[in-house]
Amino acid sequence: MAGIGSACLAVGLFTALYAAGVSIYGARRGRRAWVTSGRRAIYCLAGLMVAGTAILQSAFLRSDFSYALVAEGSSTDTPGFYKVTAMWATQDGSLLLWALLLSLFSAAVLFLTRRSLREIAPYATAVLGVVAAFFLVLMVGWENPFDTLAAPPMEGNGLNPLLRHPAMMIHPPVLYTGYVGFSIPFAFAVGALVTRRTGADWIRATRRFALVAWTFLGTGIMLGALWSYTELGWGGYWAWDPVENASLMPWLAGTAFLHSIMVQEKRGMLRIWNVSLVCGTFVLALIGTFLVRSGILDSIHAFGASTIGTQFLVFIGVVVAFSVALILARLPDLRSRAKLDSLLSREAFFLLNNLVLVGLCLVIMWGTFFPLISEALTGDKASVGPPWFDRLTVPLAIVLVLLSGIGPVLAWRRVTLRGLRRVLVAPLALTLLALLALLVLTDASQSPPSLVMFCLVTFVLAAVGQEFWRGASARRTVTGEPWPRALVRLAGRNRRRYGGYLVHAGIAVLFLGVAASSAFHDQRDVRLSPGQSFRTGHYTVTYRKPTARLGGDSAGTGAPISLGAVLDVKKGDQRFTLHPARNYYPTQDPSKGVVSRYFEGEANSEVDVRWGLKRDFWLAVRPDLASLDRPIREADRRFPGASNDVQAVVIAALTERYRSHPPPAAFRAIVSPLVLWIWIGGAIAVLGALIAVWPAPEARLRRVRSLYAARLGRELSRA
Amino acid sequence: MEYALAFLLLAAVVALVVALPFLRTGSAEAEEDARRAELDAAKEAKYREIRDAELDYRMGKLSQEDWRAVDRELRSEAIEILRRLDRLP
Repeated sequence: MAGIGSACLAVGLFTALYAAGVSIYGARRGRRAWVTSGRRAIYCLAGLMVAGTAILQSAFLRSDFSYALVAEGSSTDTPGFYKVTAMWATQDGSLLLWALLLSLFSAAVLFLTRRSLREIAPYATAVLGVVAAFFLVLMVGWENPFDTLAAPPMEGNGLNPLLRHPAMMIHPPVLYTGYVGFSIPFAFAVGALVTRRTGADWIRATRRFALVAWTFLGTGIMLGALWSYTELGWGGYWAWDPVENASLMPWLAGTAFLHSIMVQEKRGMLRIWNVSLVCGTFVLALIGTFLVRSGILDSIHAFGASTIGTQFLVFIGVVVAFSVALILARLPDLRSRAKLDSLLSREAFFLLNNLVLVGLCLVIMWGTFFPLISEALTGDKASVGPPWFDRLTVPLAIVLVLLSGIGPVLAWRRVTLRGLRRVLVAPLALTLLALLALLVLTDASQSPPSLVMFCLVTFVLAAVGQEFWRGASARRTVTGEPWPRALVRLAGRNRRRYGGYLVHAGIAVLFLGVAASSAFHDQRDVRLSPGQSFRTGHYTVTYRKPTARLGGDSAGTGAPISLGAVLDVKKGDQRFTLHPARNYYPTQDPSKGVVSRYFEGEANSEVDVRWGLKRDFWLAVRPDLASLDRPIREADRRFPGASNDVQAVVIAALTERYRSHPPPAAFRAIVSPLVLWIWIGGAIAVLGALIAVWPAPEARLRRVRSLYAARLGRELSRA
Repeated sequence: MEYALAFLLLAAVVALVVALPFLRTGSAEAEEDARRAELDAAKEAKYREIRDAELDYRMGKLSQEDWRAVDRELRSEAIEILRRLDRLP
């Protein structure tokens, strides 16, 4: 089957190049058959990538170690759930995932636009074909996921323990879907530039794809943060790590793009800005993929050194040069005749929000690549830490949240001062009330940036709430519907607008969680023996007893050894028990003894979190294995060629010894207020995006069409 | 051997699929359909803008004077799109 998989890649490469070539030829010569043939080639490419992925997934599920990739990233004792995910834990597998998602997205958009955008679509097909060909060249030439081993091992290395987490199962494909999705608006923007059709047609055709990509990328970032919080054992959800930043940058640029295309659609303005933004977003998505795999920057997320860094850099360079040259060549076609009517208008605030988003992106880019810049200039790989990022990004984030509250209440073109007063008075009054309540009832004033953020979050939620209320009121005056129906129908008929408002509310809630948890969390690192206690954030924590499990760890990761602790937590009348643990995975290193290999392989924390709407209690344990060192060495010496059964008996005896004579263990406890709201806010934003992207029902559209057609028809007859 | 056979078979299937459009003759009708689809999309977008402006007015964001000016402009643009649609055979 590996041969068939390799054939899928090779034929896929020729198919992608064919699609690019015939599409350009057909477009330039005006031959529709060639263009159609190119589009069909992309459909075929999607089929080939699906077949290739199915073959590889089948090998993972069967634990077929004749595939080098399966032997490298899976094992017979890896749970089936994680065998499926093991494909994208490897470099070759993640390249195949990129190609699969790209071909599916490309096929979908080309199918949907097969009867429209006749001039632009062939060039977009060519761009998508070239991007797909790049990833296929990487696989065919350097990183073939279907490479086989002449002498397959009896057992594989197993999946990286850090990746054995439910969020990690879906985080990479979700994130990659986001990265890949931005290639669609990029391809159509290139098509629009080449054909000089720089109006809003290409935006209308690809806006949904951009929004889907943005939603997936955002969801991927949120899942990554959840993984970091519950798996990495350090207690945070965001560390300004290069790979985290690499996913945030295209998301920020994509956010700016989704706002500024509305200005082009409504007013015909910002054309140069929009094509520049979409090219930038796509390049940042490529950089995101490159950083995860290249190992060029130190990151906890960079899983393995890359052999394809140079190729990636060359491709990114070509995309940048091509995009800049194309935009410069088309500048006369991109200039807009429309002008800003007023600085007090939605488009003016969208422009401001774009500048802040791009500013944030540039700050993060500078901080992320600073180690490379400093190495090039001074020879030392210095890096900037989280305080540097916080100092520069917090003020920009505050401005951004403020703008996300003002934008929705403004009308397009112009707002009078009287109108502005009318729409701002209620949100500002509520914000003032919130400020007074925070000052009187809480200690929020201890962190001025957080206090400002809490007030702005109130402002955004009030502004969005007012939009829903005013909209439903306006609808009720016409229809007389009851409030709930008026609200639902209002949002249903204006999905894009009200879905967008819900996204703003979700992001505001997310910032509420970030501001509260980062400024007011309480962290303690302690070393305890059973029976001892400590206090943190008004909680009393008592280490009741150690635990030791062989096989079947509580998180279902397939760890053979899991050492942990049972702790009783008390705060007033509130009592609960936490069970943090640390899982140990054997190494295949032959230099290790038969017993010590179980304790000296990889290990990772299984954090226990007591989730709460007001605050979380987060607890991790790190057992001290020093007391087991001597018995482990002794066992290695006495049972050098022990069978699996004997090894199991010895390990059981060692873990029992840990349980019966527990040494002090290290604990990290964190009490974080409102941290759960980060993910609740993220979920609200995703819901809003889904509403915005969902097409209106056809029947309703027809009714609306006929209504407006009738009205316009009357005017047409008078005109 | 497996690779070569699979390569030939897959390449043959792809060749068949991509060759089919050359065996059919394209029609002027398809070109018109494409133009109609583009104009329809532009028309829908313009209707949405008219609706948005009306909602802004009803919500008190736009004064009556501003709304009338915006509405007039949007309607004339919509009429132009309808005229272009009518001109299609």
